[in-house]
Amino acid sequence: MRFVVRRLSMFLFTLWAAMTLNFFIPRLMPGNPLQALEARTRGKVSPTALESILSSFGYKPNAGLVPQYFTYLKDMATGQWGQSIGLSLGEPVRQIVLQAVPWTLGLIGLTTIIAFLLGNVVGIVAGWRRGGALDSWLPSTLVITANLPYYWVGMLLILLFSTSLNWLPADFNYDPSLVPGLSPGFVGSVVQHAVLPSFTLLVTSVGGWILTMRNNMITTVAEDYVRMARAKGLADRKIMFGYAARNAMLPNISGFAMSLGFVLSGSVLVEYVYNYPGLGYQLLNAVDNNDYPLMQVLFMLYTIAVLVSLLAADFFMVWLDPRAREKG
Amino acid sequence: MKFASLVQNRKALIGLILFALTCLVALFPGVFTSDHTPDVIGVYAPNLTPSGAHLLGTTSYGQDIYSQLVYGTRQVLLIALAAGAFATVLSVLIGITAAYMGGIVDETLSLITNVVLILPTFPLMIILARYSGTSNWVMITVLVATGWSYGANQMRAQALSLRNRDFLEAARVRGERRAYIILCEMMPTMTSLIVANFLGSALYSVLAASGLQFIGLGNTSSDSWGTMLYWAHSQEALQAGNAMWIIAPGLAIAVLSAAFALMNYAFDEIGNPALRPVRRKDLRRAAKAARGDQNAEKGAGDVYAS
Repeated sequence: MRFVVRRLSMFLFTLWAAMTLNFFIPRLMPGNPLQALEARTRGKVSPTALESILSSFGYKPNAGLVPQYFTYLKDMATGQWGQSIGLSLGEPVRQIVLQAVPWTLGLIGLTTIIAFLLGNVVGIVAGWRRGGALDSWLPSTLVITANLPYYWVGMLLILLFSTSLNWLPADFNYDPSLVPGLSPGFVGSVVQHAVLPSFTLLVTSVGGWILTMRNNMITTVAEDYVRMARAKGLADRKIMFGYAARNAMLPNISGFAMSLGFVLSGSVLVEYVYNYPGLGYQLLNAVDNNDYPLMQVLFMLYTIAVLVSLLAADFFMVWLDPRAREKG
Repeated sequence: MKFASLVQNRKALIGLILFALTCLVALFPGVFTSDHTPDVIGVYAPNLTPSGAHLLGTTSYGQDIYSQLVYGTRQVLLIALAAGAFATVLSVLIGITAAYMGGIVDETLSLITNVVLILPTFPLMIILARYSGTSNWVMITVLVATGWSYGANQMRAQALSLRNRDFLEAARVRGERRAYIILCEMMPTMTSLIVANFLGSALYSVLAASGLQFIGLGNTSSDSWGTMLYWAHSQEALQAGNAMWIIAPGLAIAVLSAAFALMNYAFDEIGNPALRPVRRKDLRRAAKAARGDQNAEKGAGDVYAS
C-alpha cells in the first residue's frame, strides 16, 4: 500500500512540475502569440483587431501571471483545453489533438513494439551464441547505427526510395485524393506512407534493444540456474528461452515502458522530416506560432504518457519479479 | 582503467582516432581548406556538383559545402564537450551528495532527479531553445539542464554502494572534512563511471544539438553541421538534386557520434570483461581446455561468462 501511495504522489508531483515549467517558460521569454500572429498576417490587420481576436479565443495577456496560472491548472485538470491561437486559429485544441493522436500512435507505437520484439529476439540469439558469426560483427555495427542522427537517416531514405527510385511517398500520412475510410485503396495508401518513417525509426532504435538484450543475456547465461538446466539435460532451445531469456528480459521491461511513454513525444523529427501530421508535428507548429494552449496540452499529454507507462511497468515488475516487491 | 587497455580495445581505438581527427579539424580548420569564409553567399555558382575545385559541391547559396563542413566542426565539438563536461559535473555533484548525505537531502535531490528524468526531454528542449535565443551557450545550458539526471541516478547508486566501505570509515575516523572525503576519497574510485558518463553525455549532446539546429533552433547564421542540414532541408536540396548538401553534414554528425559511442561501449567492455568479443586465439585455448567435452564455441562462452 505504501508503495502505491508513494508512486502515485510521485506521479502527481512530476505532472505538476512539468505543467508549471511549460506554463512559465514560454511566458517569461521574449515573443508572444500576438507578435506571431502579426508576423503571419504580415501587418495587414491592425494589432488591436488581432488582440481582440486572440482574447475572444481565451488569450488574456493582461490578466497577470499568477491568476492565469491557477486558471490554467484548473482548465487542464477539468479538460477545458481551449482553442488554438496559432496556425489553426480558433480550432478547439481537443480536436487538433484527437486528429493527430491516431497517426502518432499507429506509426510510432507500432514501430516501437516491432523494434522491441525484433531487438530482443536477435539479442537473445546473439548473446546465447557467444562468439558466433552474429555475435562478432553485430555489436560494433549496432553501436554505430543506434547513434545515427535519425532525421538524417530519414532524409537518406527519402533520397533513395522516393526521389531516386520513386517507389514510396516521402510526405504526409495518406494520398489526399483518396476518401478516408476502410477501403483497400485508402488502407494501402496509409501503409505506403508509413513505410519510410517507420523504417527510419526501426533502423535507429533496434540496435539499442539488441545490445542491451545481448549484454543481459551474456550475464544471465553465467548464472547457476542456467548451468543447472544444462546439467538436467534440457534442450538448448528450452534453456535459451525458458531459463536465460526470461530472466534476461526483466531489466528491459522498464526501458520498454519508458520508450512506450515517449511514443507520443519522441519522434518529433521524424514527423517533421516526413511532414507526418502527428503530435510531434503539431508541437513544432505550436512552438513556431506561440500557440500556448496547444503547447500546454501537448506537453501535458507527453508527460502523462511517460508517467502512466512507468507506473504500469512498476506494477507489472512487482507482479513479475518477487525481488522488486521487497525494494518497495 | 589504463590508457593501454583503451588502445588495445579495437572499438575504443577506432573511436579515439575518429575523435582525434575531429579535434584536429576543429582546432586548425584553415589547414584543411583554402576557403576561409564559407559563410559568404554567392561566391561560387549555386548547386555545383562535386568536383576538384569543390570536393562536395556548392550550396544553393553558392557556398562551398566542404569548407562549411570543415569550419562547422568547431561548434559541434565545442557544444558536445562543454555540455558533456558540465552535465557530468552536475551529475557527479548531485548524485554523490545525495548518496553521501542521505536523509532529507537525499530524498529531495532524488525527487528532483527523477522528475527531470521523466520530463519529455526533446519537447522540453525545443521549448527552451525556442524561447531563450540562439547562442551556443544557450544550447549548452539547455542540453545540461535536460541531460544531467540519468547520470546523477547512476552516480548516486554507485556512491551508495561505496558509502559504508572501510576506507571511507577510516577517513571519517581520521577526522577528514566532508568535502575532502567526497572529492579525494570517493570520486577517484568512480573514475571509470564518470568518464563513461562524460562520453555518454557528449554523445547525447552531439545528437540533440544537431537535431535542434536541424529544425532551425540553433544559430542559423553560423556554420554548424545541424545548421547546414537546416538550410539544406529548407532549400529542398533533395528535390534540387543536391544530395551532397544533405549527405555530408549528416555523415559528419554520424562519425562524431560514432566516435563517442564506440569509446563509450568500449568502456563498458573494459569494465565488464564478459562483454568483450571472443577472439579465435581464446577459442582455441578454451577448446583445448575443454578437451572435446563440449564444442569450442560453448567452451569459450563458459570461460568468458564465468
